[in-house]
Amino acid sequence: MSSGGGDRLGAVTKAQFPLLGRQVHGRPIVYLDSAASSQKPRCVLDAMNSYYETINANVHRGAYEIAAQATEAMEASRAGIARFVNAPSADEIVFTKNVTEAINLVARSWGGANLGPGDAVVITEMEHHANIVPWHIMAAEKGFELRWIGVGADGQLDLANLDQLLDGAKLLGVTAMSNVLGTLNPIRRLADAAHDAGALVLVDAAQYVPHLPTDVQALGADFLGFTGHKMCGPTGIGVLWARAELLEAMPPFLGGGEMILDVRKDGFLPNHIPHKFEAGTPPIAEIVGLGAAVAYLEGLGMDRVREHEVSLTAYALRTLEERYGPDLAVHGPSEPACRGGVLSMSFRDIHPHDLSQVLDDRGVCVRAGHHCAKPLMRHLGVPATARASLYVYNDTSDVDALADALGAAGEFFAR
Amino acid sequence: MAGLEDLYREIILDHYRNPRNRGELEVPPAVQAVGFNPLCGDEVVIYLEVQDGVIVEVSTGGQGCSISQSSASMMSTAVKGRSVAEVRRLVRAFKHMMSIHGTGIGGTGDDLDDDGDSGNGASDVKLGDLEALRGVVKFPVRIKCATLSWNTLVQALDETFA
Ligand SMILES: Cc1ncc(COP(=O)(O)O)c(C=O)c1O
Repeated sequence: MSSGGGDRLGAVTKAQFPLLGRQVHGRPIVYLDSAASSQKPRCVLDAMNSYYETINANVHRGAYEIAAQATEAMEASRAGIARFVNAPSADEIVFTKNVTEAINLVARSWGGANLGPGDAVVITEMEHHANIVPWHIMAAEKGFELRWIGVGADGQLDLANLDQLLDGAKLLGVTAMSNVLGTLNPIRRLADAAHDAGALVLVDAAQYVPHLPTDVQALGADFLGFTGHKMCGPTGIGVLWARAELLEAMPPFLGGGEMILDVRKDGFLPNHIPHKFEAGTPPIAEIVGLGAAVAYLEGLGMDRVREHEVSLTAYALRTLEERYGPDLAVHGPSEPACRGGVLSMSFRDIHPHDLSQVLDDRGVCVRAGHHCAKPLMRHLGVPATARASLYVYNDTSDVDALADALGAAGEFFAR
Repeated sequence: MAGLEDLYREIILDHYRNPRNRGELEVPPAVQAVGFNPLCGDEVVIYLEVQDGVIVEVSTGGQGCSISQSSASMMSTAVKGRSVAEVRRLVRAFKHMMSIHGTGIGGTGDDLDDDGDSGNGASDVKLGDLEALRGVVKFPVRIKCATLSWNTLVQALDETFA
């Protein structure tokens, strides 16, 4: 497999990200932590600046010119984001703080109204804490059962007893792509099985939407959440997509301004969707920024983004295998086409925290830790991993820098 | 930026590779305390047995990076056989060294303590081998690794006298 196509995209995009021009410890930065948060292209930063410099005003309120423009900009972002994930309507796009809040919204609002003793929610052992802890909290409150789909060979979900697990379940919560293993889960198959069992499907797409063409309808999801800062957008903005009739039936999440039609001393009338779930002044600049990020990714073409990442992941797996063989384990699926560009590494007996320290000394940014997936770490039998993750602006030179830095770390700790 | 050699001193790597006082103690008579670093998943377990105001036995367990595990090992050798009062002074002195305001970064070794009272004992406690951890202060994200076992020790002491 050639890495040529991938390299071209990486070289083009790198120049569009101002931060990637800086140095750390006297060396050019090698940013390999996009699974935690991506860098932002100039066009996103410009869009946010321009919003503040030209149309900043509160939305959905004033009748004056710039207030109308601010509202228009916000709603144009919502429409663009709906298109980006092929949502049937922009009214199904609810803005949240991040994907964590999107999942908590579903757990609190839908879960609060629909779950009780005798019910079950099924999640997987490879979930991020964001799709575990809200269910722990609600299970303690509502008395439903939490069931787990385990992880089997090659970093794939163990679906042998899926039907049993789904029997009597009301919701299946699953990550579309593991932030530790890179595993791409078979969402359509899982959704069909869940629907057959009468359960709804919540997809944590935090690692999926930034990296693959996303079609919420084709995936068969009922709820799908993602987070702006991992997809070239700003922090502080996330999205919950849900089918309109579900949103219509769900009680409000937070209460306050924006989310009401009328308020009286004896009660209130909630607003229409999606505003029903957007209490208070929204992060308008961030919404505008996420709209620009989606336009940027659309401009690159999500098919090309995916192709680039598959070829760069293949290059990385091959390079690390050639250089370090059995001394270096990359957890998760071995086949690049079945995974995302997330490389969770265990290298000799060097603790990931120590490994990332030496890598940092050479300007290489990777994440060491449990990646907010402690149940999965326990399953893997490792306390932590060092995770390098790839995105549109990475190229083979970044992978080579990683491989060289690993060599330096190996030498340093062998002394 | 400070060099990696400032962080990974020979004695630190030695304690990491050959941890002292590793294991478990029977509870009771010992008490057990567990400390977590939620940032990176490091975990330190401390077993402490106190008799007549003296730490007669200490054992450590858990897993984590070289800094957290070597600090636990060095801590165990430093406190074993000492009186609780001495150990509390040692904890203060160690945490002082590990604080940005302490003597860690280019300090003279005798500046004021956090609470401002000079000559309070922090500077006349002998840190001995623990001095090797001084370089950690130059790597602020790693300070939590170095202090984890010490905070867990305080937990165990508090448990003992609860
Ligand atoms: C799979 C997955 N889910 C959820 C999250 C949480 O994202 P956020 O912190 O933006 O809510 C992350 C990233 O940290 C993730 O990788």
